[in-house]
Amino acid sequence: MKTFTYDRVTSAEEALANGAGASFVAGGTNLLDHMKLQIVTPERLVDINRAGMDAIETTADGGLRIGALVRNSDLAADARVIAGYPVLARAILAGASGQIRNRATTAGNLMQRTRCPYFYDTALACNKRAPGSGCSAQDGHSRTLAVIGTSDLCLCQNPGDMAVALRVLDAVVEVAGPSGKTRTIPIAQFHQLPGDTLPIAEFALDPGELITAVTLPPPPGGAHFYRKVRDRSSYAFALVSVAAVIHGDGTGRIALGGVAPRPWASEAADAAISKGARAIADALFEGARPQEDNAFKIDLATRTIAAVLAEAKEART
Amino acid sequence: MKFDAPIGDTPIDNGRVVGRPHSRVEGPLKVTGRATYAAEWHEDLPAMLYGAIVPATIAKGTVKAVDPQAARQSPGVVEVLTFEDIDIHGTSSGRTVKMVGGPEVQHYHQALGIVIAETFEQARAAAALVHFEYEVGAGSFSLDGGRADAKVCGAYGGPGETRLGDFEAAFEAGEVRFDAEYRTGAHSPAMIEPFASIAQWQGDDLMLWTSNQMIAGTRGSMASMLRLDEERVRIFSPYVGGGFGAKLWANADAILAAIAAKKVGRPVKVVMPRGLIFNNTINRPETIQRLRIAARADGTIEAFGHEGWSGNVKGGNPESTVMASRSVYAGPNRLMADHMAHLDLPEGNAVRAPGDAVGSIAVEIAMDEMAEKLGLDPIEFRVINDSQVDPSKPEKTFTNRHLVRCLRDGAERFGWGDRMAPGTRRDGKWLIGMGVATAYRAALRHASGAAVRLETNGRITVETDMTDIGTGSYTILAQTAGEMLGVSVDRVDVRLGDSRFPVSAGSGGQWGASSSTSGLYVACVNLRRSIAERLSMDAERVEFEGGEVRSGNRVCSLLDAVAGGPVEAEGKFDFAQSDTKAFGTFGAHFVEVGVDAYTGEVRVRRMLAVCSAGRILNPVSARSQVIGAMTWGVGAALSEKLEVDERYGCFLNHDLALYEVPVHADIPHQDVVFLDDLDPHGNPMKAHGVGELGLCGVGGAIANAVYNATGTRLRKVPMMVEDIIPHLPEPV
Repeated sequence: MKTFTYDRVTSAEEALANGAGASFVAGGTNLLDHMKLQIVTPERLVDINRAGMDAIETTADGGLRIGALVRNSDLAADARVIAGYPVLARAILAGASGQIRNRATTAGNLMQRTRCPYFYDTALACNKRAPGSGCSAQDGHSRTLAVIGTSDLCLCQNPGDMAVALRVLDAVVEVAGPSGKTRTIPIAQFHQLPGDTLPIAEFALDPGELITAVTLPPPPGGAHFYRKVRDRSSYAFALVSVAAVIHGDGTGRIALGGVAPRPWASEAADAAISKGARAIADALFEGARPQEDNAFKIDLATRTIAAVLAEAKEART
Repeated sequence: MKFDAPIGDTPIDNGRVVGRPHSRVEGPLKVTGRATYAAEWHEDLPAMLYGAIVPATIAKGTVKAVDPQAARQSPGVVEVLTFEDIDIHGTSSGRTVKMVGGPEVQHYHQALGIVIAETFEQARAAAALVHFEYEVGAGSFSLDGGRADAKVCGAYGGPGETRLGDFEAAFEAGEVRFDAEYRTGAHSPAMIEPFASIAQWQGDDLMLWTSNQMIAGTRGSMASMLRLDEERVRIFSPYVGGGFGAKLWANADAILAAIAAKKVGRPVKVVMPRGLIFNNTINRPETIQRLRIAARADGTIEAFGHEGWSGNVKGGNPESTVMASRSVYAGPNRLMADHMAHLDLPEGNAVRAPGDAVGSIAVEIAMDEMAEKLGLDPIEFRVINDSQVDPSKPEKTFTNRHLVRCLRDGAERFGWGDRMAPGTRRDGKWLIGMGVATAYRAALRHASGAAVRLETNGRITVETDMTDIGTGSYTILAQTAGEMLGVSVDRVDVRLGDSRFPVSAGSGGQWGASSSTSGLYVACVNLRRSIAERLSMDAERVEFEGGEVRSGNRVCSLLDAVAGGPVEAEGKFDFAQSDTKAFGTFGAHFVEVGVDAYTGEVRVRRMLAVCSAGRILNPVSARSQVIGAMTWGVGAALSEKLEVDERYGCFLNHDLALYEVPVHADIPHQDVVFLDDLDPHGNPMKAHGVGELGLCGVGGAIANAVYNATGTRLRKVPMMVEDIIPHLPEPV
């Protein structure tokens, strides 16, 4: 771990005023690992754990506003989340471990970075970690990596679970900038695709911006599913995950985790829900460019969608 | 005591203490953080410095230039030592590669130096600043690529190829023949406690706190590498958080801590970060195995062939998979051969149940496949081919082989009769299947010594350099002394892992429990004699029970014997190799799995192991050993595999997020049954070990269960979802 300065702030305003050139740290469940391995070497850390932003409030339109620092455990256990957004509770509980969820925050979870093995070994080329060094994954081991939304520069997958549920819920990320200016980013646009230019932007955040909250529209109703497929029963990243909200009339929303640099969804796929898993998968994976190692993810995702649809059908009857 | 004839009745047979389910005597220390592990000796060591290993970031090649300047100038750095400053004689005993490489690099993450700093963080930061300029060499990293040039090679001094009868002719003539190839993945021992050492020099004497399985060998090895007399080195390793073979010797942390501490004149602590463990230390190499079996139509095996291929560094040992078939199933015509390819991957070595752990997977799948070909129940096929003599050395008879009982007893308990035809049993979305496998592991023995003392307060002190690597050594040694001297376990103080104590067998190869308690048994026999003499009793007719010593009508307290001071005795278990007896442990594994019909995820539903390993010294610590081993088997079958990047020559998944060992949720239900028989032939405890037996065959039983669930036969482990879904019915 390289030497860094550490400041603790007690409000979002104070964080923003001190955020220039700094990394904000909340739960630290991802960032501190990266610092120990020197995957990132921030010179300044601003600890926002005492900056408030830790409440879950009902909004005027009947939705929820989740403070950036609400812990994953608290969010998954919130009665309003369990009642109105069970896909979110299930997705959160499918991730990490109890200890990590106690520590991890809503905003931090959105900011978690890829689990590409080449990103994690600083001796190997990785454009995301060291822009311009190359992407070792291209001809290497890509079993866990993305099959769509990638580029020649990067095959990273977004490893998150919570964000996949937020995608089908149409969550909106609230951010504030150093000047105090606030704006909102739809969850669909929050995670960036690698594209063809370096450095690779991962998040739709400008320098110094801070996530202050995530808002949810009113509960969508329907039956909620989060199905995560992984190599062991717990404490593993998704090979493929499916978040879905399916209504009684067979319409709904669907998003995939583990297959792309962002939670993966499309209007065409949602429109195909009544046509079954194959049609949904065809829509979702149009233009996919899998590697030899991870081509199975498309078949696996199709089968997992079928499992969810079967469960939804069972729930209706 | 040279042990070469079966033993009769002994005080151990009373079974008042030994064989009882005592929980770990050191358990309270461990759960309250008072059991001090190697990296935790803070208070005793003022002015301690921290060392960070500097690893090579190429797999093969030469260091052309070293630039330590930036590291030297980094905050808190006291010293930077690279291979140019380090002189090590030879390497660690039992290892092949050098503990510090350079200028030649032998494998990825080989240590090339160490940075010593005031804090751990400073050392780690500076280690990243040591710059090496490499000339990268061409290495071989692929077993498939190296296979053609692989040579027949024995492991650890054993034979490379063994033959009996005429295998080729008998196989050709076989009525029913089977020939298939299997693959198993490379494994990391992945113990919880990382490699850790603290070195302190007291004049010319080295004190080394380290995490180690074999104290005496490590002491000799440290002395040799440092060109010291053994007497100058003291090793202390009282608690070990798992070793699984990787701590059988001194590793880079130990030798670098010693060299660094000498250089800076202060104690130095070196803990190997998790990310280095996978490539810096040892692994169980990937294997390819060919099984050829020919049998008569009634199921009698006529020819059994098992050939294995694995890769290792030059001068290393092959992963001897054929061990898993040499001594198990009958068959008068046999061919068993290990082949080794020279690869430049990190060193393969003795990871838990070396050879057998993965050899048994291939053998047990093959037996399942052959049984089906013969139209026989897999258990019946195994029973038909049981052998009371070692099939490869028929002049040797097993002293305690109850494989058939294990299989039959297990079948009854597990409900084997409910097993259905492949691919026909379903529970909702789950395809359900059952599998069985034989467990076999040799019952190795090693000479082992101990000292035992009756203190003036009536307590018993046991001292031996034996280690407790989480296995329960403290407890079974306390039980042994308690039984022999007629006191309860709470009156016995066991002190382990100190090189000042008598040399023991150490922990490895599942020999530790039986060998170390046998050494203590001998010491106790000697102590009983001394106590009897002090009490003027006839040593041959004396009984120890309830803190009393009795002979005829005379009863004394143990305290009467120590009126003049403590009584102490040493003893050593030793034995002559037998030309006529074979020692083995046997068992049967039963597994039920569910395979998700949509996603191909395999989840174990329940497991049963029935084990025969002589006297079970402590049924709870033995059970812990077996369920831990069974869990290893689940990992080998379903998730554990070191991924080789053949471009860089490294194991890529070098952390516990990407190298996936089973978690609690993967292990819903495990049963262990011990036959608890007695084998008076091997050692005075009439006991053998179980810590590796519990692993052997498990992966095969799981693969066989997956076949029974799905109707799909997989000949590789780990079995991943992508291997399974192409064979599942289309769900859409």
